[in-house]
Amino acid sequence: MDEEYDAIVLGTGLKECILSGMLSVSGKKVLHIDRNKYYGGESASITPLEDLLSKYNLNNEGDQYGRGRDWNVDLIPKFLMANGQLVKLLIHTGVTRYLEFKSVEGSYVYKGGRISKVPADEREALASDLMGLFEKRRFKNFLIFVQEYNLEDPKTWKDFDARTMTMAQLYEKFGLDENTRDFTGHALALQRDDDYVKAPAYSTMKRIKLYSESLARYGKSPYLYPMYGLGELPQGFARLSAIYGGTYMLDKPVDELVMEEGKVVGVKSGEEIAKCKQVYCDPSYVTDRVKKVGQVIRAICLLDHPIPNTKDALSTQIIIPQKQVGRKSDIYVSLVSYTHQVAAKGWFVAMVSTTVETNTPEDEIRPGLALLGNIRQKFVTVSDYYEPVEDGTSNQIFISSSYDATTHFETTCLDVLDIFKRGTGEDFDFSKVKHTLEEDM
Amino acid sequence: MANRQSGGSNTAGGGAQRPNGAPQNKICQFKLVLLGESAVGKSSLVLRFVKGQFHEYQESTIGAAFLTQTVMLDDTTVKFEIWDTAGQERYHSLAPMYYRGAQAAIVVYDITNQETFARAKTWVKELQRQASPNIVIALAGNKSDLSAKRMVDHDEAYAYADENGLLFMETSAKTAMNVTDIFLAIGMFL
Ligand SMILES: Cc1cc2nc3c(=O)[nH]c(=O)nc-3n(C[C@H](O)[C@H](O)[C@H](O)COP(=O)(O)OP(=O)(O)OC[C@H]3O[C@@H](n4cnc5c(N)ncnc54)[C@H](O)[C@@H]3O)c2cc1C
Ligand SMILES: Nc1nc2c(ncn2[C@@H]2O[C@H](COP(=O)(O)OP(=O)(O)OP(=O)(O)O)[C@@H](O)[C@H]2O)c(=O)[nH]1
Ligand SMILES: [Mg+2]
Repeated sequence: MDEEYDAIVLGTGLKECILSGMLSVSGKKVLHIDRNKYYGGESASITPLEDLLSKYNLNNEGDQYGRGRDWNVDLIPKFLMANGQLVKLLIHTGVTRYLEFKSVEGSYVYKGGRISKVPADEREALASDLMGLFEKRRFKNFLIFVQEYNLEDPKTWKDFDARTMTMAQLYEKFGLDENTRDFTGHALALQRDDDYVKAPAYSTMKRIKLYSESLARYGKSPYLYPMYGLGELPQGFARLSAIYGGTYMLDKPVDELVMEEGKVVGVKSGEEIAKCKQVYCDPSYVTDRVKKVGQVIRAICLLDHPIPNTKDALSTQIIIPQKQVGRKSDIYVSLVSYTHQVAAKGWFVAMVSTTVETNTPEDEIRPGLALLGNIRQKFVTVSDYYEPVEDGTSNQIFISSSYDATTHFETTCLDVLDIFKRGTGEDFDFSKVKHTLEEDM
Repeated sequence: MANRQSGGSNTAGGGAQRPNGAPQNKICQFKLVLLGESAVGKSSLVLRFVKGQFHEYQESTIGAAFLTQTVMLDDTTVKFEIWDTAGQERYHSLAPMYYRGAQAAIVVYDITNQETFARAKTWVKELQRQASPNIVIALAGNKSDLSAKRMVDHDEAYAYADENGLLFMETSAKTAMNVTDIFLAIGMFL
């Protein structure tokens, strides 16, 4: 440990592991430490189930939840967008080689107390029970317009300049009603609140395109999920980092960051000091350098059946748009199951999450819980959401934000790419990834 | 996207796709992981098996940490996906993902170093506890060309392997002794 490194990374959550991988690939000498003796930090998947149960003073007596070691329960639930940024990172870095994904079966949206499949193309729109006949036709025309819209080619604009005109104006142009706007903005474009309506339409149009393109890739929904749980993702990127020379130490306490003239110069663990030029870490390693900006509530629910009204989908996502339940932020429901090797045979793991808005957060997720049917066991956590106080450029300490309530990796990837740029002064160069990670003879 | 089949070993008998209708061999694919203390010769064994080479000054592993090699066993084509540790084991920080879904493991020690044998035993325990229950484990006592400096008794290692149901061979990545043999023995076993 008593060596000098370009960067020391603290914590093995997904963000830190992606960063560690990108830094090593870029030729930096990296030391990666975690105080826990397992990979993943907050983005770990807990196994066996007994480890999770015991935190809540419960047990698995008589194997009532099946075999404990068949479970890998994510603490933070998220899906990958098939055509999204994280998938691009995985493919470019070759980390897909270590992982296996399954397509998520269903994507649903909540309307007036019940759920409906999210229509993503013209054909699905026509079959949807979300809209009346005439609305369907208007929505179909809207989707075709968005698909064909090309900024380079004003002929496709049909008098609509998406760079200056707002999403509200676009909805207006096609005469879409409130309900259609709601699922378009929240379940297709995955906007988290309604601010997007007043913003230029182009960014939301791009999001709708990404949804359709991701859907086109694997079919049933635009989302992917890794076998054995999300905890595999940080491990995959950690391996990437190690292959490019990164040094790994788990179960290593971190006592303090050593500073000199306002800059970090090392990390102290017991009597040892590892020298470095930069530190990258999650908020838990630098509690005096982050501020609390909110809270996220997450309820992990063990079920012995699929979610009702989803055609027995073995994996699914449901979005409850804020307006439907009189809130400011959406409620997210996700479900994975034994088919992803994250639960014992016949079992399902549902997660309901949202950004906390009141003093009684458990009441806030009730509309989500109500969709699940009988819940065999429920684990509720309310976690603080932290952001760094400084951007790190002056003290060279680059801190990630906590994981938010969204069920996708959008913000995760954006945070990582932004930290990488702040830390190295450049965008990540994918061409630096050697393609010799595997060799076929 | 990775399209590994769940469970890994997929035995395909794709005769039907062949236009000439010739009988086709079975193809089996296995994930094989290497474990053992640093510098016992894990990478050297793979290099010998896959490329038939040996480097006196093999660098501690970084770079290509994933190789494949195909061998014929009777009428079956066996494709090994061979994973090397990438040095993550050095501070006892190997990710469980590494041996997840592996059908076979070679646990390597250096016959000239008693400590590496003790470490090999802890790896065997770890695999028996964490890896899939029907994983095939082989124990390799490497650097057998250095028998003048031997510190681990052949019969003691053999007895240990026997007790624990492991395949066992002493190997040398340098002279190539038993290297292909140990991989083939695993292939037969699978
Ligand atoms: C073509 C394209 C356009 C983008 N446009 C925007 C944008 O306008 N504003 C922005 O903040 N980020 C945009 N991004 C970045 C994007 O939000 C995320 O960085 C990326 O999709 C995250 O991918 P992921 O694998 O982490 O998947 P996830 O994070 O699981 O993907 C879901 C996220 O992708 C984004 N998204 C969903 N549908 C669409 C869609 N139809 N078009 C574009 N993005 C969508 C959403 O923000 C959503 O939360 C865009 C990305 C692409 C490839
Ligand atoms: N004499 C002799 N030397 C060997 C043999 N196998 C490996 N070596 C030497 O032992 C050293 C370490 O070999 P590696 O293959 O790098 O060992 P490793 O287990 O992959 O090491 P890490 O990558 O650090 O975990 C090298 O200098 C090799 O040349 C062998 O069979 N005989
Ligand atoms: Mg090696």
